Amino acid sequence: MRQSFGLFAALALALGATSASAADKPIVGLITKTSTNPFFVKMKAGAEEAAKANDVELRSFAGKVDGDNESQVAAIENLIAAGAKGILITPNDSRAVVPAVEKARAAGILVIALDTPLDPANAADATFATDNFLAGQLIGQWAAKTLGAKAVSAKIALLDLNVNQISVDVARDQGFLKGFGIDLGNPAKIGDEKDARIVGHDVTLGSEEGGRKAMENLLQKDPDISLVYTINEPAAAGAYEALRSVGRDKDVLIVSVDGGCPGVRNVKDGVIGATSMQFPLLMAAKGVEAVKTFALGGGRPTASPGLDFVNTGVELVSDNPAADLRSIDSAAALNRCWG
Amino acid sequence: MTDIGNSRPAAQAFELALDKGESRVAEFEVRTRAPLQKLQHFLHANPTAVPAIVLLLSVAAFGSVVGPRFLSMFNLSLIIQQVTIIGVIGAAQTLIVITAGIDLSVGAIMVLCSVIMGKLGVAMGLAAPLALLIGLAVGAGCGAMNGVLVTRFKLPPFIVTLGTWSIFFALNLWYSASETIRSQDVAKFASLLQALGTPVNIFGARFTYGSLFMLALVLAIWFVLNRTAFGRHLYAVGDDPDAARLAGIRTDRILFSVYVIAGVICALGAWALIGRIGSISPQAGQTANLDSITAVVVGGASLFGGRGSIVGTLIGALIVGVFRNGLALSDVDVLWQEFAVGWLIIIAVALDQWIRKVSA
Repeated sequence: MRQSFGLFAALALALGATSASAADKPIVGLITKTSTNPFFVKMKAGAEEAAKANDVELRSFAGKVDGDNESQVAAIENLIAAGAKGILITPNDSRAVVPAVEKARAAGILVIALDTPLDPANAADATFATDNFLAGQLIGQWAAKTLGAKAVSAKIALLDLNVNQISVDVARDQGFLKGFGIDLGNPAKIGDEKDARIVGHDVTLGSEEGGRKAMENLLQKDPDISLVYTINEPAAAGAYEALRSVGRDKDVLIVSVDGGCPGVRNVKDGVIGATSMQFPLLMAAKGVEAVKTFALGGGRPTASPGLDFVNTGVELVSDNPAADLRSIDSAAALNRCWG
Repeated sequence: MTDIGNSRPAAQAFELALDKGESRVAEFEVRTRAPLQKLQHFLHANPTAVPAIVLLLSVAAFGSVVGPRFLSMFNLSLIIQQVTIIGVIGAAQTLIVITAGIDLSVGAIMVLCSVIMGKLGVAMGLAAPLALLIGLAVGAGCGAMNGVLVTRFKLPPFIVTLGTWSIFFALNLWYSASETIRSQDVAKFASLLQALGTPVNIFGARFTYGSLFMLALVLAIWFVLNRTAFGRHLYAVGDDPDAARLAGIRTDRILFSVYVIAGVICALGAWALIGRIGSISPQAGQTANLDSITAVVVGGASLFGGRGSIVGTLIGALIVGVFRNGLALSDVDVLWQEFAVGWLIIIAVALDQWIRKVSA
């Protein structure tokens, strides 16, 4: 009994302490898809740093697994109750979370989608994201230029994320094919292309294990694969292991998207030919700044010209630059990579 | 009987009718079984026959649809490589399921152990064999934690391992800082950790030490389950713990040790995992829990305990592997691969229920 009373008192004290500090500083909520993916771990780190610099209080939440909408809705409700000024969210379910977001906006909260837009995108006040289609397009162009005359007879494997065809997955995959010069069919759908150079699409869950298995299966379909697109760098590392085990690691080109530090080091070691780097720290930092501005009575952020979101930038990373295509080398990229 | 009958004085007329009646007192009925019933009895007597037949049928079916690309030695051995991790983790799961338990933490133990091996061997520069041993010890420790909670605190295994799943996974993320250790760095500083990824060519088939290790592990567990007192006790505890205790088996000790053994097997699975994917990723193995349960169930084990075989689990894992590989080669969309595996589980369990209804 005494023990539980002590616990209760401590809890009450802790609550009192937070509400006291909350009165001083505007609250910014950060809701990531998960707390496991290094991309979101870095995003949170970026937000924490920016919160300190801007003198706001950051409260972080995350879904339990990729796709967990319920936890994100609960987090939004908690933030409304706490009187937050702004919410930064990477939605697990771009559509399902919209009613909760509307409630938050009705309560006068600035809602910014990070990395993944809501559906409809204007359900949030603003979106800070990587142009994933451009990210794919850059590595597609790089691959086409690097293969040169051999591009017309390339055999392409595409290692995607999962079966859901979420917007990021579709944008990168289709952007890559566009950049390479392949007719997309429906650009909102993976796998409806008719080009004979495509050996197949398989899913990886964005992991090394998945990348290896998908690569093995596609190699069984066609052992002459010469170009591999991967949704992210862990999948690329897995694909490389599969190629290495059959002695094809030297003559197959792998391209990827992300710009995580292990991925950039893999560019340096020649595992990955080129990768499109994105900037999660910047997304979070810009988001926190926007909330601060809003809380002080400033306006809402406005979208980049020509896009319906604020572009946080993409940088092509390769140690074999292609003609007429801007890129940075792995040494420069190592200073800017995340995770 | 007949003596008495013969010594009877002259029978009365109505008694004559008795002679026409049945004079046999008792006999064993020889039931003729329909072919289907015969099959049911055969399968009941040989529990691994069902998954084995399903495996052969699915190999034959994909062989005829996809052709030599599927049936090549290379592709078939590739499937064995692909099920290595699930085979090892499924072995741990089988032991727990035989005791009427379930272990939801197997995947988390595996990832935690792989991260510990990698951090110690690569980032901290410990000698690779020592890093490996510490990883195995951590696996045993995780298993012991599950075992203590199940036997001492009498908590249901489902709840215990649901909790430790989260605990071990959180520890994994904290210790690894969610960062991946690259394959190239592992090769440079602790290549022993990748040893199970070394390929071996046997008659055009390509195995890795990892897949051979998995087969050896299955063989060893088969021996323990079928030829040792410990193995028989395991089945007894799973079938009826009260009866087992009355028969003099120290059920708690058996249960505790089986969780520890499962933990060690998961740590060995971590070693195989590093061999397979080269790098060490805190994101790996997220589907290992459910995949291992799928293998166990498709392999014919009963989730109510007391029944199940290690060979069945291996075959169960292979069936899922054959389905995924075969469907991928037949150009079936991944969405429908998931769909097919779902039906596979339901059909396997339905078949199992039908066999269990066999009349003795």
